[in-house]
Amino acid sequence: MPEPITIRVKRFNPETDAESYWQDYTFEPPSEDSTLLDCINHIKWFIDGTLTYRMSCRSAICGSCAMRVNGGGQLVCNSQYRDHLDKENTITVEPAGNMPVIKDLVTDATGFWEKIRAVDPYVKTDAAREAEGEHFMSPEDFSMIDDASTCIMCGACYSECTSYEIDKNFLGPAALAKAQRIVHDTRDETQEQRLTQLSEYGGMWDCAHCFACVQACPKPVNPLYRIVDLRNEAHKQGHHDNNGSRHARGFVDIVEESGWLDEAKLPLKSVGSLKEFVTDLLPMGVRMGLKNKFRPNPMHLLPGRHHPPVPKMNEVTKIIEKTRAAAEPKDKE
Amino acid sequence: MIEHDVIIVGAGLAGQSAALAAIAGGAKDVAILSKVHPVRSHSGAAQGGIAASLGNADEDSVEMHDYDTVKGGDFLSDQDASLILTESAPETVYALEHMGVVFSRTDDGKIAQRPFGGHSSPRACFAADRTGHAILHGLFEQIVKHDVKIYSEWYMLSLIVHDNRCHGIVVMNIDTGEIEAIKAKTVMFGTGGYGRIFLTTTNAFASTGDGAIISYRAGIPLEDTEFMQFHPTGLYRHGILASEGARGEGAYLINGKGERFMERYAAGMMELAPRDIVSRAEQTEIDEGRGGEEDGDAVYLDLRHLGKDKIMERLPQIWQLSRDFQGIDMIHEPIPIQPTAHYSMGGVPTNVDGEVVYDEAENVLAGYYAAGECACVSTHGANRLGTNSLLEACVYGDRSGRSIAKYLSGGYEDKPASPQVFSDAVAQAKERAERVRAMDGPETLGDIRNDLKEAMTHKCGVYRSEEPLAELVGELRDFRGRYERAHISDRTRRFNTEFLEAVELDHMIELAEVMAAGALERQESRGGHSRRDFPTRDDEKFLKHTLAHRTEDGTPDLTYKPVKIIRHEPVERKY
Repeated sequence: MPEPITIRVKRFNPETDAESYWQDYTFEPPSEDSTLLDCINHIKWFIDGTLTYRMSCRSAICGSCAMRVNGGGQLVCNSQYRDHLDKENTITVEPAGNMPVIKDLVTDATGFWEKIRAVDPYVKTDAAREAEGEHFMSPEDFSMIDDASTCIMCGACYSECTSYEIDKNFLGPAALAKAQRIVHDTRDETQEQRLTQLSEYGGMWDCAHCFACVQACPKPVNPLYRIVDLRNEAHKQGHHDNNGSRHARGFVDIVEESGWLDEAKLPLKSVGSLKEFVTDLLPMGVRMGLKNKFRPNPMHLLPGRHHPPVPKMNEVTKIIEKTRAAAEPKDKE
Repeated sequence: MIEHDVIIVGAGLAGQSAALAAIAGGAKDVAILSKVHPVRSHSGAAQGGIAASLGNADEDSVEMHDYDTVKGGDFLSDQDASLILTESAPETVYALEHMGVVFSRTDDGKIAQRPFGGHSSPRACFAADRTGHAILHGLFEQIVKHDVKIYSEWYMLSLIVHDNRCHGIVVMNIDTGEIEAIKAKTVMFGTGGYGRIFLTTTNAFASTGDGAIISYRAGIPLEDTEFMQFHPTGLYRHGILASEGARGEGAYLINGKGERFMERYAAGMMELAPRDIVSRAEQTEIDEGRGGEEDGDAVYLDLRHLGKDKIMERLPQIWQLSRDFQGIDMIHEPIPIQPTAHYSMGGVPTNVDGEVVYDEAENVLAGYYAAGECACVSTHGANRLGTNSLLEACVYGDRSGRSIAKYLSGGYEDKPASPQVFSDAVAQAKERAERVRAMDGPETLGDIRNDLKEAMTHKCGVYRSEEPLAELVGELRDFRGRYERAHISDRTRRFNTEFLEAVELDHMIELAEVMAAGALERQESRGGHSRRDFPTRDDEKFLKHTLAHRTEDGTPDLTYKPVKIIRHEPVERKY
């Protein structure tokens, strides 16, 4: 028999509890190679029937059982309990983050589904193209949508997304991955419109590159990489007139000047208009100045370099040139 | 009271296809209800493909697909249904492709196709090894596009049948625990199968046969439930599906001694014989001591010779599953597998328009439709071929939806039931719910469920015979008693999953009773029903469909109806 373990569960029943509390279950797992879900099921079926959670397929395809294990969002069905034990033979399980809790480990995913719906998650094809037989799609084109189309909509990425946490206007990882799949689907005929919408506030440029979604994702979706695919496509098609794009290009320009990232200069590169500078950036700059977070330098408003270059600046220039060349479409080389 | 023109229960391939077809046919007020969110439906777990004679990989025809299906079904398939299935396949796959479903491609950009068990041509269209997932999500995209009303995480408790007509369902909103009726002009079931009554199964925990039993309790018989398909390659002890697509791509089956044992059972098609034949071969190897692993209860799926590139391109999901659940890298090692309960050929009897029929003469119960695994139309006969289930769910889901639209627009006779009918149905469901919530006996649900699965697996599994089956029928009556003495600890109303599990167990016990009764009476071996004491097919006595009717005391009464033989006379089945 396997050694006893403790699963510490964050519990809450809306009918009986004013607030959530921790409960420890100590027991012998069903077998050495039990999954974490097997252990949670063992609690429900043989120790405490009131423990409440979602699960169905137990093979990482239905997406029901996303929750937080030892502080990180993931499915509980696709790994063995042994992989999660801490030094005290304990595993901590709590509901997925960034969503209201309904009961114990069950969360209300309404917000998540609203984000999915917000990207018009379906291929828009002109009816005239619906000729006989299939649309042709090369294996290369298929490979562009292969990873994103493995998404099971479990929501583990939203549980951990640091941008979604502070701004619920952000579309979030899974919705952007879905958008990437449609944008790169050769059957969709609305890429232009989609890329414009996705470049707006709350879209592809609001991801902070923290990689939490990549770590949480149980499938090969890797939402952050799909967001990068979207950004590359947007740039390739000339979607430059937005703060996100200006921010990304400004970042490179600044580094190209001196090898330094002059962070005070970056916001200036990102804003799109004088109005935005006056109504948005200036008041924030003043507030930051008053709190000594930022020393204004009028020189920043002038073009050109404000830092002496880093030592070996020529190496930085080489890296940038090489990267630029690699990013160019192949046929233009 | 909630009212809809169309309420569809179950949101897998059949349910979603029906909803879309009903809308396309002009139905205005369509709603889908499911105990899980639509994309959590078990259709998503299907891996290997969907069959259609597109001819993208080799020469193929509807006639070949049709014959393969009937022969695969051991000639119990109704041949009107199998012909519609196979004729509709190409247009169905193209329709899915047009709506945006992702498919793997050939080098020239067509839908890729691969071989599958029992099919004489490579006709499985696929999206790597997640075809069900690709179609399920593709259909859901359309459900979102059409803004179809979804009752997600609502549980059906009963079907309202009155005056030979279906009037709606009684449901529980799982979130609130409240019970109410949904009045509907038409009700469609796409509620899935019941593999969960076996110990080792590929099926999701949700596959408890609720729809089939709710229909049965409303007075509609169940057809051919004794035909249970055991999939040859469930991951050993876990039961998780390892797609037949693996063998379609060329994988071998080997026993504990490393022999490709299929030579002894189906020298022609080898590993790609139909599933019933392969599963029996595996079970025979295991029973005769040539199995592997500690207890000798496994054989192996060997993919090593396919190479890393092919495995990672065509079978990435099962590579991952085997690594995560078994700790094995199939690129370098064979993976232990075993026959695993997979698919219910039987179910709610319907005609080829998806209308539910309630007797031997196939009279239609007005306003009630069913398709997919919960239904029995019967294209699959005694054994379904791989990739025909996704096809059947889409084709017959679609046909049900069309029938519904036609019924609604065709000046049907609207005879709504009195309010009393609905309030009685709700009162009955509430009384049942209170009884379940108050269960306070010494038995645990977990023990009863495990014992039930154990009994079904050992006495009604791959091989069956008279004595164990007769014993089982008696035992199952005891299970009903044990259930009455069970205990439930969550007595609250909101999101009470223990309550749901208790109700599901009630359904599972009754399904087991129906299946065991059918298996005991059918004294022959055909497709997914294999009797050691009657090892051959007996067309004289049993070329007929079983119909189990619920009697007053809850036990099944069996009658039979003829098989529709149209083009293909039964012959001996050789592969």
